[in-house]
Amino acid sequence: MQQVKPLDHLVLILGALFMALPVIVALMSSTHAAIEIHSNGLYLTPGGDGVETYNKVLTARGGFTGDVTGLLMLGNSMIMGIGFAVGKIVLSMTAAYALVYFRFRFATLIFWAIFTTLLLPLEVRIMPSYQVMSTLGLLNSYTGLIVPLLASATGTFFFRQFFKSVPDELLEAARIDGAGPWKFFVDVLVPLSRTMMAAIFIIMFIYGWNQYLWPLIMTTDESFYTLMRGIKSILQVWVGSQIPDYNEAFALAVLAMIPPIIVVVVFQRMFIKGLTESDK
Amino acid sequence: MATVTLSNVGKTYAGGVDAVRGVDVEIKDGEFVVLVGPSGCGKSTMLRMVAGLEDVTRGEVRIGDRVVNTLDPADRDIAMVFQNYALYPHMSVRDNMAYGLKNRRTPKDEITRRVDEAARMLELAPYLDRKPRALSGGQRQRVAMGRAIVRQPSAFLFDEPLSNLDAKLRVSMRGEIRRLQKRLATTSLYVTHDQLEAMTLADRLIVLRDGAVEQVGAPLEVYRRPASAFVAAFIGSPAMTLLDARVSDGQALVGDHVVAPAAVPAGEVTLGLRPEDLRITRDGPLPMRVDYIEELGAQRIVHGFVDGQKIAVTETGAESLPADLRLSVDPGALHLFDVKTGRRLPQTVTRPEAVPA
Repeated sequence: MQQVKPLDHLVLILGALFMALPVIVALMSSTHAAIEIHSNGLYLTPGGDGVETYNKVLTARGGFTGDVTGLLMLGNSMIMGIGFAVGKIVLSMTAAYALVYFRFRFATLIFWAIFTTLLLPLEVRIMPSYQVMSTLGLLNSYTGLIVPLLASATGTFFFRQFFKSVPDELLEAARIDGAGPWKFFVDVLVPLSRTMMAAIFIIMFIYGWNQYLWPLIMTTDESFYTLMRGIKSILQVWVGSQIPDYNEAFALAVLAMIPPIIVVVVFQRMFIKGLTESDK
Repeated sequence: MATVTLSNVGKTYAGGVDAVRGVDVEIKDGEFVVLVGPSGCGKSTMLRMVAGLEDVTRGEVRIGDRVVNTLDPADRDIAMVFQNYALYPHMSVRDNMAYGLKNRRTPKDEITRRVDEAARMLELAPYLDRKPRALSGGQRQRVAMGRAIVRQPSAFLFDEPLSNLDAKLRVSMRGEIRRLQKRLATTSLYVTHDQLEAMTLADRLIVLRDGAVEQVGAPLEVYRRPASAFVAAFIGSPAMTLLDARVSDGQALVGDHVVAPAAVPAGEVTLGLRPEDLRITRDGPLPMRVDYIEELGAQRIVHGFVDGQKIAVTETGAESLPADLRLSVDPGALHLFDVKTGRRLPQTVTRPEAVPA
């Protein structure tokens, strides 16, 4: 056993504070009135307007049309997050399966082509993507929001590496056991990839959850508003002497944190298992 | 139950490497045949061609009376046991064994019956609901065998199934495989690089070298009459000593020392002597200088030099040995091989004049 040194604890405590303080500040500030925040700055202590603020954020109708509520935005973000995560896992798993287990010409070339797209962020292809979706008439739809971003080089890469680490004998045993390509995928690879899927789910859920630019461009209908847009729009009211509703923005930000936290907590055990388990 | 026949089978990998060259083998129904050879001799490739995991470049593989060259592994009616077990890690022992049957749409109660029977035979019954990772190496290997047994295939294929086990377990599993095969009487093809495993398991041995068959025969026959210097050195432990020697006037000589009469044409030969065929005697014809001694308990192996060439002798004595010994050998224990080809020289153990010049 190594002796616990005070210095180690100090570093840990500082690190924890460094990570946690902004969250605490946001949470505490969200319980004060906007005017107080505007005049006194951020708070580290709880205020008295918490319940009212959160209630307002979740249920009050806002926006130009007057029927965008926090709950609606939460739901939209949820659809984005889960749609992204599930869609990306399905797509990248099947792509990686094809790349690893089927011998076809230019497989390596194709893989590297996919891999190269990792270098290109969404912003580079956002105009053509918009054009395509617009021509297909998919603006202002969940399909248009989710499908164009489903192809995932990261996911394909992870699954490819994972499939490559699965011993060949397993495939051979399955072939002798009379399992065709589909059965092998469903009966052997998918169950073996559970931990890998959990890891990708966490990453991709948060990726989808945090999308801002794409929904902003793709949707004009307010019923497709996501939380990220909601937060931004609260802060964009510098008209005349109006003070932005800082408290509401903070409250939304705090709410926006909760689902990713749930996802991480639920999947983290599998996630860690996936990273440490060597017995495949 | 079926015969397995390979006629003129060859395998050339992309890049022109000949892994297997023109192999003709016939495995009889219920026979246990062991493919043995050093690593890279093509034995695993041969097995995998029978299994259908490798394409056959040339020749014909038959299982029973079907040519299976282009059949899928699943349709060949074989079962295979892999070196690293290749169990499905996420399935219980029962599911591992049942998977192949399920894919063949075997009725449920039939699956249960066969799995239970195999589990009883392999003493796996208490572990049926465990995952493979909760089993020891020996148990995993038994599950792998169980998976093969439940299929009731016409042939078992074993790809070095014991090499991942420790030495003690290997010996007991060896016995288990042998017993099981006798009991089920299923045609079996077994690949190993371990000559001891090959000797103890096989009804017939096939010694491979560089993708070609060097010798086929019953273990004792291969041991007693190795067809080439390669087989002689490979089969048997401690290995046969091979000496540069010559034959003149019907006598085999090492250096200037006459070893024993030899009924082959005069000239250079490779002389093979099994360590257990040599005896330490006071007035033997071969002088040996002792290098070191390995004590094995039941016997000891004396390593040394005869005429500057390495030699080994086994004996059971316990007293200390002098640095210089004399060895004698029966004329019948001489193995003579052609220096160039390495093939065994046919010997008539009668008198020298019976041999044509």
